[in-house]
Formats: sequence, C-alpha cells, structure tokens
Amino acid sequence: MATKSLKARHKELAETNNQLEILNGGIFQEGELPYFKDKIAEIGQFPLRPNKLEVLQINVGYMCNQVCEHCHVDAGPDRKEIMTKETMIQCLEVIRNTGAHTLDLTGGAPEMNPNFKWFVDEASKAGIQDFIVRSNLTIIRANKKYHDLPQFFKDHNVHVVSSMPHYTRGKTDKQRGAGVFDKSIMALQELNAIGYGKPNSDLRLDLVYNPSGAYLPGDQAALEHDFKIALKEDFGIEFHNLFAITNLPIARFLDYLIASENYEDYMYSLVDAYNPAAVQHVMCTNTISVSWDGWLYDCDFNQMLDLKVASKVKHIKDYNEDLLHERDIIISQHCFGCTAGAGSSCQGTVA
Amino acid sequence: MTNNYYDPADLRKFGKITEWSEELGTKFFNYYNAVFEEGALSAREKSLIALAVAHVVKCPYCIDAYTKDGLQRGITKEEMMEAVHAGAAIESGATLVHGVQMMNKYNKLSM
Ligand code: SF4
Ligand code: SF4
Repeated sequence: MATKSLKARHKELAETNNQLEILNGGIFQEGELPYFKDKIAEIGQFPLRPNKLEVLQINVGYMCNQVCEHCHVDAGPDRKEIMTKETMIQCLEVIRNTGAHTLDLTGGAPEMNPNFKWFVDEASKAGIQDFIVRSNLTIIRANKKYHDLPQFFKDHNVHVVSSMPHYTRGKTDKQRGAGVFDKSIMALQELNAIGYGKPNSDLRLDLVYNPSGAYLPGDQAALEHDFKIALKEDFGIEFHNLFAITNLPIARFLDYLIASENYEDYMYSLVDAYNPAAVQHVMCTNTISVSWDGWLYDCDFNQMLDLKVASKVKHIKDYNEDLLHERDIIISQHCFGCTAGAGSSCQGTVA
Repeated sequence: MTNNYYDPADLRKFGKITEWSEELGTKFFNYYNAVFEEGALSAREKSLIALAVAHVVKCPYCIDAYTKDGLQRGITKEEMMEAVHAGAAIESGATLVHGVQMMNKYNKLSM
C-alpha cells in the first residue's frame, strides 16, 4: 500500500491531462467501446443538462490521514491544497443564499482543515435542511484533537456519511491500510453511543461502500443487509443506510487499474452495465461541486480531472445559481461509472 | 482467431451465440438469468453454488465470472474457497464411490 499521493510520487497520472488522454483514447478512440456522449445522445440526453440544484458539495482540501488505494481525490497527508478562511467566507455567502437543500462537506479528510470547526459552526447557522460531513472514521481516532468530533457533529446536527469498505478486517485493511478496520469500528461505536445511527434517531449515520478492486458494487440493498447483520452481530454497530458507490476510473483508481492490467476489462464492465435510466439522475444533474480554491465543477470527479463548469461563472466569488443552471455538463468516459447498473452517486444508487 | 482454445476476452462475447440461433440463444439467456434471481435461495447462495460448479466442470470463463460476481456481492475469499472445496469433495467422492462398484465386480469375479 502506498503511503504517498500520486502527486508526491510525481506519477504521470497526477497530471489530469494524462488521465483525460487515457479516458478519451485507446479502446474508445479505436471504436471498441462507444463514447459516453454517443450513448447519452441515443436517449436524447446530450448535451447533459442540470435539473434543479439540490446539493452544494464543498471540498475543503485534499489532505487526508489515509492514502486509500482507490481514492479518486489522490488525497493523502502530503497534499497541501487546503481551503483558506477567505474562500470559506465566500462559500458561506453562497450557503446562506442557495436554493440547495443539502450541504455536503468533503475532502480529503475535511476535519483536517484548520478552520473546519469554525466553518461547520458558521454554516450550520444558515439553516440548511441536510448538512452532511463525509468523515473517513479513522480521523476521529487519529489524534487526540479529533476525539471530540462525534459530540461536535451531534451539537451541529451533522449528518455523518462514512466510508466502510467491508465488514471484515482483511478486506478493509487491504484497501485502506493496516489498522483502519479496528479504528473505524471504534469510531462507529462512539457515534452509536451518542445516538448516531440508531433506528428512528434524527442523528443520521450512513455508510459508503466502494469495491476494493476492479469490479462493480453488487446490489445496494443486498449489501446493506449483509453489512447490517455482520456489524450488528460482531460489534453491536447500527447505521441507517449503505450507499454502494462505483469506483470511477480516475486518479489513484485509474493508476491501479492500469498497473494491474484491469483497465480495459473494467471499462468494458462499466459500458456493459450502462443503464440509460440512470442518466437523468447522475449526481451532476443536481449538484455543484466547489474545490478548495473556490472553482466550480459539475461534480467531485470533474473537479479531480480539473474540468471546470462550462459557464461564465466559474468561481465561487462570482457564484450565480441561475446562470449556472444554464450550463451544459462536461462529460467524458469516466461518466460510465455513474450510469453502471443501478447508477451511482455520492448518495448511492440513483435508478 | 487466436491460437489458444481459451481467451479471457471471449467471455465478453458470450452473448453473441444468440446471433447464430436467435431463438435458442434467447431462451437460454432468459432461463439463465431467471435461475440466478432471488428465490427460495438467495442470489448470494446461488453465486457460491455456481462458483463450486464452475470448478467441477472446470470452465475458466465461469470461474472468472463467478469470482468477480462473488466479489461484487461482498463474498469473502474464505467463503469462496469453502465453496470450491464443497465442489471438490463431491467430485472426489463421486470418483471414490465408484470404488464400491470396483469392489463388487472384484468380488463377483473372484472365487
Ligand atoms: S478515499 Fe477518502 S479516506 Fe481514503 S485517501 Fe481518499 S479522501 Fe482519504
Ligand atoms: S462523472 Fe460527474 S459529470 Fe460525469 S456523469 Fe458522473 S456526476 Fe456527471
């Protein structure tokens, strides 16, 4: 397991241009597989357009205490891209006026941003209906200064969404690093202890599952069922929903696919599993993604490929929801990851 | 044409058998898909049975397909290996139980 980001290792795929070249070339250019654009044109969905804005997703920085092999952010302890307080102030202005009902903070490990708590505190005053923080769980146990996070989340009525690759130690540690499983279990127990994830509790605790390898997630309901039984029986843990998310072929996951000679098969799997019904519900149709430095994107994946929104408004300082609504969404072949099977977004299956 | 009897890429072309016999191919795939739906047995249980049988019939395509299917369903490698042993045990048992036939014949022919 690597301990540094692609960027710190100066790997070719740290450059987004190289990633896009792969996604646009090879089997797609040779016509073996169709372009995403052509597939959605078949159902009259090209250009892809946004529906009503529902989710404002803010990435407060790429620094993370983990270096997961499948990470589409290429996050890690060595990443220095961290949202400044100045950009946070610009975000708060938008949060206070947005029509979106959900605010979704992500990273990296968002908690590692030095102004994280201040930002959550301020943002929670805006009265957004659903305030999500994507927490990797281990951060809560990583350092004393994070031990009070469960209570902090509770005080701000934060909806915690956490990644949990498997309910067995072996699989989890292989994907996320040694000790991750035990720390995650401990963190989940702490969250349960203060009321998170209990049946009928308003303190929402959802888990995110990504496959740890070159295969697609199985049926979300079946996986949720297995996770619930196993975590309850083995550790007394409860949670609300499990979101099964397909790994998109970008950043470290793309690097892994190529290094393990799984890239072509994986792209075939994605295209084979293409589900036209999922297209109108992909994440970019109801989300705006904001990067650590305030740029605007159609989704977190486009952010990592540095594909900024195709709009006159490109930065949070000029934010204008009506103008953004007019844009066409930028797509490429990584988008097949969002339309495979039952479809996939940060909230799990979409169709 | 490749020079090998088995090519992993051929698995992706399985559906093409329908092109040369639309009716039978379609019937087969409809039947196949219906078999693996949730029923009295769960889809997960059927996936493990398929993996065991794949080994017994020694079909490399099926082994690839049902290893991946198991991973997608969150089936662990311990569960998969136990399924393979279940298949192997039946297969070796099936060989060995013929030993009784051998013994019977031996006894019948011997004075
Ligand atoms: S997947 Fe999440 S926890 Fe893992 S390195 Fe990336 S941001 Fe961090
Ligand atoms: S990758 Fe982003 S732009 Fe592409 S379909 Fe998914 S959410 Fe939309």
